[in-house]
Amino acid sequence: MIRFNHVSKAFAKGESALLDVSFRVAKGEFVFLTGHSGAGKTTVLKLIYGEQSPTSGDVHVLGFSLPNITAREIPRLRRRLGIVFQDFRLLEDRTAEENVAFALEVTRARPESIPSRTSRVMTQVGLASKMHAFPNELSGGEQQRVAIARALVLDPPILLADEPTGNLDERATRGVFQLLRDINAGGTAVVMATHDLNLVRQTTNRTIELRRGEVVYDSAEETAPREGLA
Amino acid sequence: MRLLFREAFLAFRRAPLLSTLSITTIAFSLFAVGLFGLVAINMRQALRGLETRVEIVAFILNGTPLETITLAADDISSFPEVFSVGYVNEDSALAQAQAELEEFRDAYRDLEVNPLPASLEIRLKEGSRDAESVSAVAERLESFGFIDDVRFGREWIERLDRLRNVAGLVGLVIGLAFAVVAVIIIGTTIRMTVLQRAREIAIMRLVGATNGFIRGPFLLEGAIKGLLGGLLSILLIYAGYRLFGRNTPMLSGLVFFETPQLLVGILFGVALGLGGSLVSVGRHLRNV
Repeated sequence: MIRFNHVSKAFAKGESALLDVSFRVAKGEFVFLTGHSGAGKTTVLKLIYGEQSPTSGDVHVLGFSLPNITAREIPRLRRRLGIVFQDFRLLEDRTAEENVAFALEVTRARPESIPSRTSRVMTQVGLASKMHAFPNELSGGEQQRVAIARALVLDPPILLADEPTGNLDERATRGVFQLLRDINAGGTAVVMATHDLNLVRQTTNRTIELRRGEVVYDSAEETAPREGLA
Repeated sequence: MRLLFREAFLAFRRAPLLSTLSITTIAFSLFAVGLFGLVAINMRQALRGLETRVEIVAFILNGTPLETITLAADDISSFPEVFSVGYVNEDSALAQAQAELEEFRDAYRDLEVNPLPASLEIRLKEGSRDAESVSAVAERLESFGFIDDVRFGREWIERLDRLRNVAGLVGLVIGLAFAVVAVIIIGTTIRMTVLQRAREIAIMRLVGATNGFIRGPFLLEGAIKGLLGGLLSILLIYAGYRLFGRNTPMLSGLVFFETPQLLVGILFGVALGLGGSLVSVGRHLRNV
């Protein structure tokens, strides 16, 4: 589903964000991307959803290939990916339901299908009773659940989560993480960038550790000792 | 389509202050352009009034048979530049001189012989009242054998020509400057709207909205603001026109825009709103 093939990414100033990164993510897999701030986790995610282009090497996602992807193809790629961020990125002036429905509306889903699809994912994330609440009326954990519902409503085969628990307390973190695992159990591949090693240690899911833009550990290959994770 | 309209109208509800600011900015920018336009059309109207006084007088040799003059007058009437040809015989010329030139009234009364010749008074069509056209017609008149002399106030017409050219040039330059300033101000205002909704645009892109789709509501919003700004500017200009027209007797003859001109003004507002949105959103989409 996702394949990084000797991918490097350098910024205009010459600073290197990724260096010769290669890995694959299979259908239905749950993968942690770990590493300190600036290790390159977010850059990996941005390359997957076409926000950035590799300087060298190539990235294949769901049949799309970067850097050869055209501007016209990027929206088509993103409609097949669910993306969740640390800061939720909800529209404050819309209810939870409207935030989720927004993803369907802007991708031109059939209007008559929108209420039922929205209701289904809101139930899935456990917020059926808060459909009409505005983001500022919800807790951090609930806001992240709305963001996850928005990401799921297009039924993506891959869910990308960039520090989804970074702004949450421990209880909300556990809830959101369990939700992501449930989603993965339903067959959706999840790539989760996090520096929360406690979360990583709780599971046996595959972990890719980045350090200064390089993959220093991939539990699928056991290329190096699991530093910091032991 | 429903979403397009909903999003465009929601933008007004979500940011009423910014929307009002955009509309009033467009209105005041167009008000400045429109006010200048009103001055320009009134100046043109005044120049037209002066132009109607452009006339060629062809003096006829004594003893020329009336039939010859009538035939020639018909011929002259068919010149493409000529609007009308009037014949003034010797007696009418004298009566006219006595009526118009009071200081010579006594001198003309004691005359035994009428010294004034008959003449043809030729008025020209609008668009043929410039020095070049008038001279061309005058030259053709001189080729008639019975024409003694042709007068048309060359210097006065040349001065009118210069005035017309200067007014046109100044109008064009100032009008363009006003329009450019209006475009910049409106563009900046719309850019503020786009920046205010940058988060929404970012989310739209993340969930896979195409650039065309993202642009839609902004373009519609820009067009509506342009339309409302255009209408408001017309109201302002009309208010100014009535205020000055009523309270300044010297300006009582002022003319206002005609319907097609008003429609052009409104369409200009819509085009500004649309263009400003297109540029601002396009630039924003390229940069995010």
